[in-house]
Amino acid sequence: MADIPPTTSDIPSNDADQSPVGRFLRATEIDTRLLGMIGALMLIWFGFHFYGVLVNGQGFFLTPRNLWNLSVQTSSIGIMATGMVLVIITRNIDLSVGALVGVTAMVMGILQVEILPQYLGLGHGSIWIVTVIVGMTLGATIGAFHGWLIAYRGIPAFIVTLGGLLIWRGSAFLAAGGKTISPVDETFSLLGGGPYGAIGSTGSWIVGLLACAGVLWMLYAGRNNRRRHDFRLRPMWAETFLGVLGCGVIIGSVLLVNAYPWPKGIIRQYAARNNIEVPAEGLFISHGFAIPVLILIVVGILMTILMTRTRFGRYVFAIGGNPEAAALAGINTRWMVLKIFALMGMLAGLAGVVASARLNSATNALGLLDELYVIAAAVIGGTSLAGGVGTIYGAILGALVMQSLQSGMVLIGFDTAIQQIVVGMVLVFAVYLDNLYRSKSK
Amino acid sequence: MTDRGTPLVEMRDFSISFGGIKAVDHVTVDLHAGEVVGLLGHNGAGKSTLIKCLSGAYQADAGEVYINGQKVEINNPRDARAQNIETIYQTLALADNLDAASNLFLGRELVNSMGFVDESKMEAETRKIMHRLNPNFQKFNVPVSALSGGQRQSVAIARAVYFNAKILIMDEPTAALGPQETQMVAELIEELKKQGLGIFLIEHDIHNVMKLCDRASVMMNGKLVGTVNVDEVTDEDILGMIILGKPAAQAA
Repeated sequence: MADIPPTTSDIPSNDADQSPVGRFLRATEIDTRLLGMIGALMLIWFGFHFYGVLVNGQGFFLTPRNLWNLSVQTSSIGIMATGMVLVIITRNIDLSVGALVGVTAMVMGILQVEILPQYLGLGHGSIWIVTVIVGMTLGATIGAFHGWLIAYRGIPAFIVTLGGLLIWRGSAFLAAGGKTISPVDETFSLLGGGPYGAIGSTGSWIVGLLACAGVLWMLYAGRNNRRRHDFRLRPMWAETFLGVLGCGVIIGSVLLVNAYPWPKGIIRQYAARNNIEVPAEGLFISHGFAIPVLILIVVGILMTILMTRTRFGRYVFAIGGNPEAAALAGINTRWMVLKIFALMGMLAGLAGVVASARLNSATNALGLLDELYVIAAAVIGGTSLAGGVGTIYGAILGALVMQSLQSGMVLIGFDTAIQQIVVGMVLVFAVYLDNLYRSKSK
Repeated sequence: MTDRGTPLVEMRDFSISFGGIKAVDHVTVDLHAGEVVGLLGHNGAGKSTLIKCLSGAYQADAGEVYINGQKVEINNPRDARAQNIETIYQTLALADNLDAASNLFLGRELVNSMGFVDESKMEAETRKIMHRLNPNFQKFNVPVSALSGGQRQSVAIARAVYFNAKILIMDEPTAALGPQETQMVAELIEELKKQGLGIFLIEHDIHNVMKLCDRASVMMNGKLVGTVNVDEVTDEDILGMIILGKPAAQAA
């Protein structure tokens, strides 16, 4: 992108010799890679839906119910993928995240089911808070330990986290002797979604409108900032388009999650508990956004700010681009690596919260193979294993692509073996496409 | 050498070895404000290693740094930067995936009142300094991997100049440059010298040494052969020191 200040004399802009599409992309500054990923996602969604329509006579994919479930299923992988981006950008890898989900969930399960009720009383309001804090701290501590071995003891990340995969999975088993801990604290379980673990119609509208306001404020502040420094401004129509698009997507998703009602059984239970008369035609109570999805969105926003607006994020990219140059610029690269792995561990702990809350139990197999899906999500989302390149939104979209493939294949009745084969092929193909894209755009 | 008071920087009795090989062996060099001292010698003579001790990239086994007569500790690149020592490395030390502004401010990002990186301000500042150093430079929003050798060099130079260096270390700044860009660097060195900076210049081209340097310190196999005032010797004398490792008769 050749942003040209009006203050300097320079090469003529090549607007004239571009196609309308090229001019449009230039004016709106939309990332073509983002467009490609959304295109692929749409292809998957419509493909599965119409496959269902043609073969089974009914498509189940593009329904509020499926898309809502898809969003919940993506949460835990998506949360971890945002951290894996940093790990991979700095030319490392973390194979232990799935095992970390297992061990943190198990410790949190024991804590909230067997230990805390003794002191606080069963169902005490602060049980879930203590549990979440302990789980994320445990994850961060284990991650920091991995990071210390990697950065200060010079053991390759692949080996440290491969060892970690086995060690923490084994620890998760030993912690409860292989038992499943269930059910978890009632408030804690809301963090995993479900009818009660969603914020309902009104809440979703509030979130949606706040998000719209956020989008418009960002466009406005960005334009002001550019004007202050005499940088090229986007044409007004492009700004309007981005605003309408952003708010449209947000309001569309509010409408979508509000179109998915509670199931009848839950409504009956809810009505009985609150002494509400259920009318003959039934009650329509919307799910609204699920809490784990909101957690993922908040994590995504915070991680994006971290990566693009803070020194920490700058240093992550610099270390990935040229570790030696980063060190010569006075960046403490070892300390950075330790912090990155600690952050990854903390996010794995948070994913453990979401995963065990959704299952309403902690099992030692929780998060099994998650490391592969997390790495695949980051890589499909454009994070380069060579280091230095990657985005948070890409990783979240990558997680959504992976999850869409999986649940799509479940919906049309492919069995597990075929699912694995397809996911594997898609991963390889996605990285190949990415290589093509990179060599073209150079 | 005539007494010119306390040197701006003095590296006293430096030694460093790697795996039993003495890369730098009891070397003492100094540099005055407004002076260019050339560091010369074969490849592997220890020039780059010596200056990397000053820039904090290496930690010497022995040796003391005095700045304006005060002993200072330089244990890492941050310490060196805190002493206004800036370095232009032979490899340029740029993060290829970042743009010019990010590289220029790497490790010293400008932040706004909320502690966030102020990208626009950094780009605006970069535009200003690049306009001064290399008016043809326009590629502000692409990763530096997309720049030519000369453009990359000007980013590295801008980084050293922007932060008001007092002591500048240049490791073969013209090695990758064409004649026009080499001339540009030569003019820049003259200008910085007038501003009172002290410059250590590692340079292989003897003509550049004769033209740009006030003094030349020649190294061989990790040892200092000698330091001469450039205007008191001929290029043949200096070449003799580099090749034979013997001090010239007029050694200062």
